[in-house]
Amino acid sequence: MIEIKEYCRPKTVEEAYEKLINIEGAEIIGSGAFMRLSSRKINLAIDLQDAGLNYVKLENDEIKIGGATPLGDVERNEIIKNAFSGKLVEVFQMIWSVQLRNIATIGGTVFPRLGFSDLITTLLALNADVVLFNNGRMPLEVFLEEKIRKDILVEIILKNKDMKFSFQNVRNSFYDFSILNAAVSVDKDNNYRIAIGARPAVAKLAINAMNYLKENKNIEEVAKIAAQEMDYGTNIKGSKEYREMVAPVLVKRGLEEVIK
Amino acid sequence: MKIKMTINNVLKEVEVSPSEFLLDVLRRLDYMSVKKGCDTGTCGVCTVLMDGKPVLSCSVLAASADGHKITTIEGLRDDPEFKAISQALLDEGADQCGFCSPGLILNVYAMKRDLKNPTEEEMKKYLVGNLCRCTGYVPQMRAIKKYFEVRS
Repeated sequence: MIEIKEYCRPKTVEEAYEKLINIEGAEIIGSGAFMRLSSRKINLAIDLQDAGLNYVKLENDEIKIGGATPLGDVERNEIIKNAFSGKLVEVFQMIWSVQLRNIATIGGTVFPRLGFSDLITTLLALNADVVLFNNGRMPLEVFLEEKIRKDILVEIILKNKDMKFSFQNVRNSFYDFSILNAAVSVDKDNNYRIAIGARPAVAKLAINAMNYLKENKNIEEVAKIAAQEMDYGTNIKGSKEYREMVAPVLVKRGLEEVIK
Repeated sequence: MKIKMTINNVLKEVEVSPSEFLLDVLRRLDYMSVKKGCDTGTCGVCTVLMDGKPVLSCSVLAASADGHKITTIEGLRDDPEFKAISQALLDEGADQCGFCSPGLILNVYAMKRDLKNPTEEEMKKYLVGNLCRCTGYVPQMRAIKKYFEVRS
């Protein structure tokens, strides 16, 4: 059971942050989707829907997505539809259901560093930055390593909307979480990025494979290196061994798609 | 805490607890078309429209619906699109037990607005979150396709 003592809807991020750090047991609730599945007590639920963080905009050639923007609003946005040859929208459309995407926010997905997330894997490959109210702007991969808990995700920034990008995954049915996912991108200067997620731990960049790609375009070998530098685990969706076997295949398919 | 919601075009002031979810509040207020199925955000039978967009009422905190417009099937009673969708389902014998119908109809209603001339694949993707336990989805799909064809 989820137990919430008090609920508030601050008008600004400043006000929300003030409450978050000063009130014991205060939490940003993101959207609240899936919240009911956990069992915990929240003294003050802080809802960001009125804090001005619902937007998708193009600024100085960067795509900026407000932390409290529902995934559905992102998916219906024309900037997003046109970005990355329409590939980004396809990832959004794979996330659970239309009804859930109208609730779940992008900040609520990224901030808790969810392991099963398809979006985090995607954003890693796209070299996204996160902007936190207190800790400022940083690359997503840095944020994933940090132990920041009491902060507010203000914005996600996509710096280069012209990257070639591919998202690959295996799942038991379309309406399910990925058993394993991988995302690959390449910019026009031939910088590759490879991320593997749902291992089931949160997505990570395959640094060795990315370095190897600078010198050598042997896709088969890159996929192998990427898969080998990751650690895998077993959960209800699949075993460690299964994930190990599948990983190089997904990376290879992703690379083939962006290289062709 | 007191919240204000416009439910089916009627402004209501409702006393809710901060822990309550919209689904339970709506059922408490006798909107019985809103069903409680899986209660975990999966099956879609609790779908309502919030400011016109389909959402899972089991996963929306009642407090966060404060100030918003909620539409249930009861509110679409006289809507020609609602009538057309439900008639299409009836014509194909897809009404069955009816437990999933309100959520499905609301999502088809929203799909009509969101997608222009969708393919069958696009329809399936849009309706992926509406589960039905008693049929194989075939008559529903037939009905929805007919509904779109007739209107477009």
